[in-house]
Amino acid sequence: MAKVEDRAPAAAAGLNDDIGEATRLRLYRIQVEIREAEQRAFDLFLQNLVKGTSHLSLGQEAVAAGFAAAMKPGDLSFCTYRGHAHTLARGVPIEKVLGELMQRDNGLMRGKGGSMHLTSAEHGVMGSYAIVGAHLPIACGAAWRAQYKGAKDVAVCFFGDGTTNIGAFHEALNFAAVWKLPVIFVCENNLYMEYTPIGDVTAVQHPAADRAAAYGLPRIVVDGNDADAVYRAAGAAYAKARDGGGPSLVECMTYRHSGHSRADPAKYRPEGELEKWKARDPIKLYRERLKQFGIADNVIAAIDADVRRRVDDATEKCKTAPMPPRDILTKDVYADGGFAWRN
Amino acid sequence: MAELTYRDAVARGIAQEMARDPDVVFLGEDIAKAGGVFKATVGLYEQFGPLRVRDTPISEQAILGAAMGAAMTGLKPIAEIMFSDFFAVCFDYIANEFAKSRYMSNGQLKCPLVVRTGNGAGSRFGAQHSQSVENWCMMIPGLKVVAPSNPRDVIGLLAAAVRDPDPVIFFEHKSLYPTKGEVPDGEIVDALGSAKIVRPGKDATLLALALMVPRALAAAETLKSEHGIDCEVVDVRSLVPLDTQTILGSVARTHRLFTVEENPRLCGWGAEIVSIVADEAFYDLDGPPVRITTPHIPLPAADILEDIALPTVERIAERVRKAMQS
Repeated sequence: MAKVEDRAPAAAAGLNDDIGEATRLRLYRIQVEIREAEQRAFDLFLQNLVKGTSHLSLGQEAVAAGFAAAMKPGDLSFCTYRGHAHTLARGVPIEKVLGELMQRDNGLMRGKGGSMHLTSAEHGVMGSYAIVGAHLPIACGAAWRAQYKGAKDVAVCFFGDGTTNIGAFHEALNFAAVWKLPVIFVCENNLYMEYTPIGDVTAVQHPAADRAAAYGLPRIVVDGNDADAVYRAAGAAYAKARDGGGPSLVECMTYRHSGHSRADPAKYRPEGELEKWKARDPIKLYRERLKQFGIADNVIAAIDADVRRRVDDATEKCKTAPMPPRDILTKDVYADGGFAWRN
Repeated sequence: MAELTYRDAVARGIAQEMARDPDVVFLGEDIAKAGGVFKATVGLYEQFGPLRVRDTPISEQAILGAAMGAAMTGLKPIAEIMFSDFFAVCFDYIANEFAKSRYMSNGQLKCPLVVRTGNGAGSRFGAQHSQSVENWCMMIPGLKVVAPSNPRDVIGLLAAAVRDPDPVIFFEHKSLYPTKGEVPDGEIVDALGSAKIVRPGKDATLLALALMVPRALAAAETLKSEHGIDCEVVDVRSLVPLDTQTILGSVARTHRLFTVEENPRLCGWGAEIVSIVADEAFYDLDGPPVRITTPHIPLPAADILEDIALPTVERIAERVRKAMQS
């Protein structure tokens, strides 16, 4: 922990030091790890070492970091196809994520799921779902189990702004509210569904928060590029869920720096918009925040260097990892480990 | 031994499993306080309480999604979708989520749940509340698909489905709910993937499922008494896993194959079985396999039309007679 005198600049600026140095450093590290791993995934595309599709969270790191840092170990994450960030944030090794993107045998699912379905049950990552909205009801079910068993874990479900216009979103919100389930719905509003601005096709300004009242929930909009703000909102939502207070719907305003997927150069964005958001890059903001709280440049640089080294190591391991063996093709269709549908 | 309706057998089967395992929970529309729209779940709410038997909003995606989330984290949910036609509004869970999560996660995720649903025609409900959609589910890798024809099998197969570690789609036939059958006392547990020869015979094999089983049996009686044709009737019971050994064994004895299917013609379950028999037992056959199905039409509401759409006892008997005597 920093000494009291180290915090002088923050106190002078009137900043709230409710979060503490250890957590702030963790929030920073998670964001940098996501940034570096996602950037590496993009570089590996260009080398044709990552195949298929991929949806990056560059620019959205603060949402994943804020919610993950406020979680407890038994909490369960439900992600979308844009799920690398949330998977890494739960402590899943970078090698396992990059290995899956590179379709190697060392990947999280040995190449059977791919970029859109990252899953690591041992880390509480209960799947990444590629049908928009599908995982909101599933997260409700996990929360129902916790409620039924009297367990204190919380299900957290991340999704994009586009999800707010699909039926499963509304079914899940109502269901969770009526059953008072310990589930948190986190909308990452990055302003675009795929290519179309969410505002062009939605009846309200804030696609998630402005619908909260319909389910008897408070309207919560958070600066999704400020990891501290996300962390505070997450903490309040976890506490409410664990106390039996039911679900929360949190809309985090953020922006993706890259296109929807690898195929999308994002030419539909108005001139200057990306630059405006890059000025509020969550990692840049957080580096300044750390300095305001008196954390030395060399501490920050050491985190940056350590993360970069770990991403490099993971990349090298994945490049030399074998491809999955062919005999796993027909394994794990059914619980007996095989695919037999007849005798 | 007691005589029980198919409807009461559903409630008894669910009660048997809920009493055995506190992780078995049950959710659906109108299933708790109202006892189900078909009165097949009467008494469960009173017996097991509001935490285990829960009414839901009319939100089929939420019902199936919640069942999946509960199943993957340790419960054994039974979810009811009132009419199987409604699968079309929540098919993502059946086709994309339940069926694929284990495979995509390389075995990390499990999905031990049962979806019960009212299937089939005969109630004059028209095209959107009468379909036989078991073939929609049969074609999806990762699912198991069961359709009982009598009260005893309802209990035994439901118990097997609840205890099975994979997602099982359990088709109850709406027109069978009032039918009665002898059911032994005590716990009944059957096995998925076993067909049953319900009438032995030497001249032809009739494969049937659910409501078509009693019709095939009645047709077999007519064929025997009026035409001297001795049919073996096999209740397929489980489409996935499929008991091909019992089917191939029967064909090897009778040398003729007829399927009696309520589903519309194209890609009905019998088509797959005919293909298996053609592939593996072609030289056992003395004549071409024959599929007796509903025509490739949506179902009408009027009784006079619905009655002639489904395979009737008369149509089954006539089609078999014609094929056997040609």
